[in-house]
Amino acid sequence: MSIGLGHYLTLAAILFTIGIFGIFLNRKNVIIILMSIELILLAVNINLVAFSSFLGDLVGQVYALLVLTVAAAEAAIGLSILVAYYRNRGSIAVEDVNLMKG
Amino acid sequence: MSGSMILPAIFFYLFAGTCVAAAFMVIASRNPVHSVLFLILAFVNAAGLFVLLGAEFLAMILIIVYVGAVLVLFLFVVMMLDVDFSQLRQGFLQYMPVGAFIGIVLLVELLLVVFTWTIAPDVQQAIATPIPPLAKTPNTEALGHVLYTRYVYFFQAAGIVLLVAMIGAIVLTLHHKPGVRRQSIAGQIARSKQTAIEIVKVRPGQGL
Repeated sequence: MSIGLGHYLTLAAILFTIGIFGIFLNRKNVIIILMSIELILLAVNINLVAFSSFLGDLVGQVYALLVLTVAAAEAAIGLSILVAYYRNRGSIAVEDVNLMKG
Repeated sequence: MSGSMILPAIFFYLFAGTCVAAAFMVIASRNPVHSVLFLILAFVNAAGLFVLLGAEFLAMILIIVYVGAVLVLFLFVVMMLDVDFSQLRQGFLQYMPVGAFIGIVLLVELLLVVFTWTIAPDVQQAIATPIPPLAKTPNTEALGHVLYTRYVYFFQAAGIVLLVAMIGAIVLTLHHKPGVRRQSIAGQIARSKQTAIEIVKVRPGQGL
């Protein structure tokens, strides 16, 4: 059976859904939320590269490279914020991140 | 079914199945260290999928940069934060039905889009950057031909994004401990004769 574009798009859709599911579920651990965001970005990258391969257009891979760059930058900043927050509060439970709540 | 078509299919299902299983274990793991390791597994399998698609430069970059740098950074942070794992798993079950429902609705919508849609026949002319055949140009070289010429603005912008992220990470986490004595080189060099020595006239036998 020949693997077509639909297979890769379905895989990306499943990974995207798992990432979103992860953001909902893990209310107790901010790091899992950051990892779910990485999963979502991976799904987007698979989509871009699949389209690039099946349409024969190299711009999809260039775009995926730039998405990778932004994902790395965002992961670094997110983890820095997490570390700074942990230094001040001593915990990373999501439900305790409500100091600014009215 | 020809024999040469079955091997890519086997590898696709192997990589895709492991990727989905690892991704699910990322969010279902009790221990954040296990979650990071499963995420690494998911990314390595995605790199395998990229190789199947012919994007081998991106696959290697995924492993070297994303797994090797970003996820190792995740691992460092997870192991550095001393968190009590036992109280982190409460509340999982009360959110799961709603989360699963929303997830399934989203997945069904995405799959509907994927399978009720076809590529327009005139998209061939609209291709921005056609991939040269593999025999003539390897994938890395083809990307190089195009990244530093047509897309140089995006390349430079990505560099600036990384620079800003680096500065931001340092600003957020650099922490000078209060009791530690440090050298202030500029302060030392800026000493002048007036502040460095003080001439005191001492009368003999008096002392300071």
